Amino acid sequence: MRLRDGEVSVLKLAIGAMLIMAFAAGALVVLPYFTMRGVPAPEGLVAYNEAQLRGRQSYIANGCIYCHSQQPRDPSVAPDMARGWGRPSVPADYVYDKPHLLGTMRTGPDLFNIAVRQPSRDWHLGHLYQPRAYSPGSIMPAYPFLFERKQGASVAGEVTVTLPPAYAREGERIVATQEALDLVEYLLSLNRSYPVVATPTAP
Amino acid sequence: MQYSVGVLLVTFLGSLAALGVFLFSMSRGLFGAGEAAGRVIFADKEIGLVEEPASATAASEDNLQQVMNRTGHTGEFAVLTPEEADERASLDASSRLPVLIALTGSVAWLVIASVFGLMASIKLHAPDWLTEQAWLTFGRIRPAHLNAVAYGWCSLAGLGVAIWLYPRLLRTPLVGSRTAAAGVVLWLIGVTGGIWAILAGRSAGLEWLEFPWQVDIPLFLGGTLVGVALLRTLQRRTVPHLYVSVWYISAGLLWLPVLLIVAKWPGIHFGVQQAAMNWWFGHNVLGLWFTPLGLAAIYYFLPKVLGKPIHSYHLSLVGFWTLAFFYSQVGGHHLIGGPVPGWLITLSIVQSMMMIVPVVAVGINQHRTAYGHLSALRYSPTLRFIVLGGMMYTLASIQGSMQSLRVVNTTTHFTHFTVAHAHLGLYGFFSLVMFGAMYFVMPRVLDWEWPSSKLISWHFWLVMSGFTVYFVGLSIGGWLQGLYMLDASRPFMDSVLVTQPYLVTRTVGGTLMTLGHLVFAAHFAVMLMRRGTKREGAALLRRPVPTLQPAGAGNVSGVSA
Ligand code: HEC
Ligand code: HEM
Ligand code: HEM
Repeated sequence: MRLRDGEVSVLKLAIGAMLIMAFAAGALVVLPYFTMRGVPAPEGLVAYNEAQLRGRQSYIANGCIYCHSQQPRDPSVAPDMARGWGRPSVPADYVYDKPHLLGTMRTGPDLFNIAVRQPSRDWHLGHLYQPRAYSPGSIMPAYPFLFERKQGASVAGEVTVTLPPAYAREGERIVATQEALDLVEYLLSLNRSYPVVATPTAP
Repeated sequence: MQYSVGVLLVTFLGSLAALGVFLFSMSRGLFGAGEAAGRVIFADKEIGLVEEPASATAASEDNLQQVMNRTGHTGEFAVLTPEEADERASLDASSRLPVLIALTGSVAWLVIASVFGLMASIKLHAPDWLTEQAWLTFGRIRPAHLNAVAYGWCSLAGLGVAIWLYPRLLRTPLVGSRTAAAGVVLWLIGVTGGIWAILAGRSAGLEWLEFPWQVDIPLFLGGTLVGVALLRTLQRRTVPHLYVSVWYISAGLLWLPVLLIVAKWPGIHFGVQQAAMNWWFGHNVLGLWFTPLGLAAIYYFLPKVLGKPIHSYHLSLVGFWTLAFFYSQVGGHHLIGGPVPGWLITLSIVQSMMMIVPVVAVGINQHRTAYGHLSALRYSPTLRFIVLGGMMYTLASIQGSMQSLRVVNTTTHFTHFTVAHAHLGLYGFFSLVMFGAMYFVMPRVLDWEWPSSKLISWHFWLVMSGFTVYFVGLSIGGWLQGLYMLDASRPFMDSVLVTQPYLVTRTVGGTLMTLGHLVFAAHFAVMLMRRGTKREGAALLRRPVPTLQPAGAGNVSGVSA
């Protein structure tokens, strides 16, 4: 077979393209893998329990990540700390996070430490049912499908949401589903206020 | 600090050195084929002849020819012989089945995705609209939009155009048309399953990787089948040189499976490392999949419609290799300020700046090719979309480079400004180029003309005006949002409230865009059913043409493309 000029370049093309890809994957995927693999969990960080993991799944399924980040930035960069979003996060904070939920939008506030500034389960349930009842002008979606509307007296074991008077309806009870309770369990686990050894973050 | 400046300097110098070596080997001809390769997309004496199957009428294609004759051609006698025309028609016919399935599928996804986008947009200023059902919540509709545009519309359109281009670029009938068609069908099944999974709440949770792994199997197999067909065609090629579009498409088809395998490998990624991987994937799917497919189309259709080889073939190869090298490392610029190692971010910022090299290479090439022939845009719908799309590629990329600088990124990161940039890239550049390519391809595939040039104009003006409103509004809104968020003296809610009018503006722009897509889809459907008046046939490759007047030459008669 006659070797055409094109033949050489197909091979060159394939090899070149793959080498370049391998280089990039090495830098952006493999190297971080090895530098961060051994990072131990900080002492104050507790692994998620069953309910929290279910809640985390619901956080993923309902796309909270498209409006909420989980990565407070350094005070030298942005006033995240001043807003009560917590100290700058470090890789060790995420050892139990599979998949990661760092996020790239802040249509709403960072939630990495939401349990610190908002520890009330009732508040979270009510806020999920109707964000505008707590935060006028909010554009967070309401999640009525995480609740059931019921009449009559409450049954043992049911968690009834206490809404601000203006939003409560006469004779109707808003009862949290297990999914809502799990989701709030997860939110209440988001507390990274324990101290960590600062890893050198280059500005 | 010291450390990161060091890394910065080393990567910068390393990249410059690599570029130097590359330019050197290029100048020594080590990369083969020079300008001759730029001419392989033309038949023997075809340079000087326009080809525009989407012209409103045959007369309009003649006008296009007149423009090109006037604005500077070689004066060579230009002709496409009947044999050459027949050969080309048979090449076009060889890929008909997979191309038709892919393009029809892509247009269907375009409409669905636009509806998702519009719904997501409305929900951002009417948060109590459609909240009763889980599958309609913003957090599901939005990723459904993204995945439907990325893997439904953009990927299928790109694949369809690539499958159609290969036989033409290699002057070889497509080998394995059925294999490719099966691949495209598998891809369609994969996308459908993926969108269903997202709406059902089974997202895998990573942005750009929301499809669960089960769904990636048909996608992967489908892509592989298409790859096999194209590779076999490549083996049988009869052209002496590989045109740059072949480089881009082949490389893209090699890169995508690697990206998917690494990203989806079960059980190995964790925490922040997974975030780094996530955005390595995210920007590579943009830079090493969509961008190559878009550029491949520009590099073919721009010279082809004008009947004029690309300005500098060498430059296009510089663009190719530098794009591959720099783009593959920019992923970290999505995590600036995040808990990722400093060197990784720095590396990505440096390479984002280096991206100016391939972008300028492409920009100069396009500009020098189209320069002086802008009046040709009046007679060619293909060119209108392709030239504008090409310009927006340059704009999106320059904006992207600026946006990756820390000073700018601190403000724009986390805001709607990024969303505006995303649409400038994937819509302004990629989608417009695909529209242009389809206007050219479909008449050749179906042997039928676009039924109405009015509808083409409607499509063009609706999407252009809609997109302008969308982009300008959201960029302003996003920038203000960023400024308010950085201002510690303002409550967070201010940054939410300030975006409201701009989010409404986006819905207005998005509605116009969606209407434009509906017009396009309806037109496409009418054409598929072969309705409409059959005119004298700009769609025909070979038709007798009145006397042409190449600049500087006497009267010659030829056969137009
Ligand atoms: C469309 C964007 C959007 C989505 C999607 C969204 N949020 Fe929000 N979220 C906001 C905005 C805006 C605020 C600030 C106003 C407010 O408190 O309602 C907010 C506030 C919050 C707060 C209070 C934060 C604070 O600092 O007080 C919590 C907790 C919260 N969201 C949880 C969630 C959860 C859980 C989900 C997913 C089920 C979710 N959000 C989905 C936009 C969103
Ligand atoms: C030199 C070229 C480019 C550079 C340096 C660049 C840079 C960037 C940066 C810095 C971000 C945002 C990061 C953030 O703050 O979150 C971004 C986002 C984005 N860019 Fe580009 N860009 C370039 C070209 C393009 C092109 C050509 C396209 C389209 C094909 C594109 C599509 C996108 C998309 C879709 C996003 C949003 C990703 C997401 O958050 O989901 N970019 N780009
Ligand atoms: C068909 C071409 C389109 C393409 C290729 C496209 C692409 C994209 C991409 C890549 C994103 C992700 C942005 C990011 O993560 O930063 C996105 C988000 C979005 N797009 Fe589109 N889009 C298209 C059309 C539309 C239309 C017609 C609308 C209607 C208004 C629309 C509305 C939206 C909305 C609301 C978001 C979510 C923004 C957010 O989360 O804040 N898009 N689109």
